[in-house]
Amino acid sequence: MAGSVQFDLVSPERRLASFPATEVQIPGAMGDMTAMEGHAPTITTLRPGILRVVGTDGAKAYVVTGGFAEISASGVSVLAEQAVPLDELTPAALEALVADATAAAALTSDKDTADKTAADLAALRGAVGS
Amino acid sequence: MPSLKDLKNRIGSVKNTRKITKAMQMVAAAKLRRAQEAAVAARPFAERMTAVMSALASGVGTGEGAPKLLAGNGRDQVHLLVVMTSERGLCGGFNSSIVKLARLRAAELSAQGKTVKILTVGKKGREQLKRDWSRAFVGHVDLSDVKRVGYANAQGIARQAMAAFAADEADVVTIFYNRFQSVIAQIPTMQQIIPAKFEGGAPTALYDYEPSEEAILADLLPRSVATQIFTALLENGASEQGARMSAMDNATRNAGDMINKLTIQYNRSRQASITKELIEIISGAEAL
Repeated sequence: MAGSVQFDLVSPERRLASFPATEVQIPGAMGDMTAMEGHAPTITTLRPGILRVVGTDGAKAYVVTGGFAEISASGVSVLAEQAVPLDELTPAALEALVADATAAAALTSDKDTADKTAADLAALRGAVGS
Repeated sequence: MPSLKDLKNRIGSVKNTRKITKAMQMVAAAKLRRAQEAAVAARPFAERMTAVMSALASGVGTGEGAPKLLAGNGRDQVHLLVVMTSERGLCGGFNSSIVKLARLRAAELSAQGKTVKILTVGKKGREQLKRDWSRAFVGHVDLSDVKRVGYANAQGIARQAMAAFAADEADVVTIFYNRFQSVIAQIPTMQQIIPAKFEGGAPTALYDYEPSEEAILADLLPRSVATQIFTALLENGASEQGARMSAMDNATRNAGDMINKLTIQYNRSRQASITKELIEIISGAEAL
């Protein structure tokens, strides 16, 4: 298919997805970005949010927290600390995810980071709920 | 000379032992396969992480303003050793080999006048280290309820180590685990995780960094520590099952040898007693 990039979603425990995609929406730390074919090579950290992928066989969405995304000529790889497909996410799992991320943020001495994470999580909760 | 009945009982009990060790070997083989799969599945993440980290680290360097987890806090006095062992025994020299390496390192460090602190993961190692180094114990991570080691477990350990580093209670953190090579070979390994060390790592491609290189590095370093610990835990898991499998294989074989020996002894003494009885009958008949 024309205009596709190789998309990989990897968590520490296993490779969650690997398929050609036409566009990948990444919740970057500095704001969302969409990677398509020919994107400049970029490395960005992730904020807790929703990763949307448009593949050859429909769109997929994952909830990710922490990690980074690497956009290179060979493809887009997202290394997320935790990643759950959006349609498999239960409210309990979301709460666990949020609690975990909050605990991690509380450990950092930097108050701005902690505040930002909390805001991101609130936004994420809203986005998932809708 | 044991009686025939004693020998028979003995053979019976060794046979039971052999059944148990055989079963344990098969269980270990099944678990080993799963542990290996987990280790292989975790590899892409760890490899990418290391590749990106070394590219970043060589770009930023360890000069002024570099993150402390990378550059260290400038001291080398307090060493925290994270010793990862198993929760269960009967796995050959698996735990002893890690403990031996850790003990050597601890002795070497204290000979240099450094302070040694030990964080144990898995109770078998703690038991072995208790005699000489119980004063150095600063904590213990119990994984006995954990069926399958997850990334969350690694994060927990990483947080403890990083908290100690941040609070200036440790200057250098090293992990000890067994690297899995094959079922018969596990290599006890010592790896320094704080300050982080990355080998090679020339800045590969030209990337745009968002936010800055330094910010990404600062964000990823704690995750990289957790990833290294996670990899070590998985390697350790596979090694443990591998070690147990070969230990139980040996035990099964030994039990088989023992059964053969005992059976020969049993047959000999049975024949001896038959011969004795025959001689008694014949000599009794001749005397008439």
